[in-house]
Amino acid sequence: MDLSSAKMIGAGLACIALVGAGIGIGNVFSALINSVARNPAAQGQVQPFAFLGFALAEATGLFGLAIAFLILFVF
Amino acid sequence: MALEIRPLEQFKIDRLIPIHIGGVDVSYTNAAFLMTIAVLLITALLVFGTRKRALVPGRWQSIAEMSYEFVADMVETNVGHGGQEFFPFVFTLFMFILFANFLGLVPYSYTVTSQIIVTFALAAVVFIGVTIIGIVRHGFHFLRLFVPQGVPAALLLLLVPIELLSYCIRPFTLAIRLFANMLAGHTMLAIFGGFAASLGLLGIFPMGIDILIVALEVLVAALQAYVFAILTCLYLSDAINLH
Repeated sequence: MDLSSAKMIGAGLACIALVGAGIGIGNVFSALINSVARNPAAQGQVQPFAFLGFALAEATGLFGLAIAFLILFVF
Repeated sequence: MALEIRPLEQFKIDRLIPIHIGGVDVSYTNAAFLMTIAVLLITALLVFGTRKRALVPGRWQSIAEMSYEFVADMVETNVGHGGQEFFPFVFTLFMFILFANFLGLVPYSYTVTSQIIVTFALAAVVFIGVTIIGIVRHGFHFLRLFVPQGVPAALLLLLVPIELLSYCIRPFTLAIRLFANMLAGHTMLAIFGGFAASLGLLGIFPMGIDILIVALEVLVAALQAYVFAILTCLYLSDAINLH
């Protein structure tokens, strides 16, 4: 296997990290919808935490994506 | 492929004014130029926004007041009342990262926060500052931060190293989170832009995706500044209130 095809495979493997980010973001917003549906008055209080959770969950996936880009375009 | 895609070229640092002092390269680069613009814009917004001091605020005064109140609220709820003295620091951090992120979205400009050295410097300032504040406030007692309350002594052998480790990797996660978000977003924009350029008439589809990614990036730019600021508040709260 030459280097360029190994790079492609490596980048593809690194993108698996996005699975976790997808699950995490889905969890965050499902919890937000659940809590707002139960208590609509709490929306103002819980929404900032939801976006914080969204950003934290998304960042973990982006670590993997950044690794994929580094494999593809830097090395 | 007729058109080569080089998505990471946008992160190249150019020396605008080469300066060398004693063999050390301290050139004024395009990154430094964008940082200067960010600082000037923040100063202009706050100085000219609050110049009139109208009782009924105009547009600019509203923006200045809203950003102030937003960060003041954040500090108040997350650090508590003792945290107000750190409000200027958190406000500066928030505004700088917010403006750097937004300026990076302007076409042909430069994203300062996509350089890991910039984000790591900011995170290191937060980490070292918080540690010093904790030690000054509590002295030797500060080490209680690493010992969870109400845990059996046998478990402490396991938990204390974990707490210590999680404390020590804070600057890295803080830096890499902002850096990776900016790097991934802008690389994605460039890749889809390259598709749009090389596909000809069909390039309208990747261009549509690119427009959606720009919308996502606007959200991410604001959100990452918010996350950086709120995590700074949480770390400060740890150092001041010791859980």
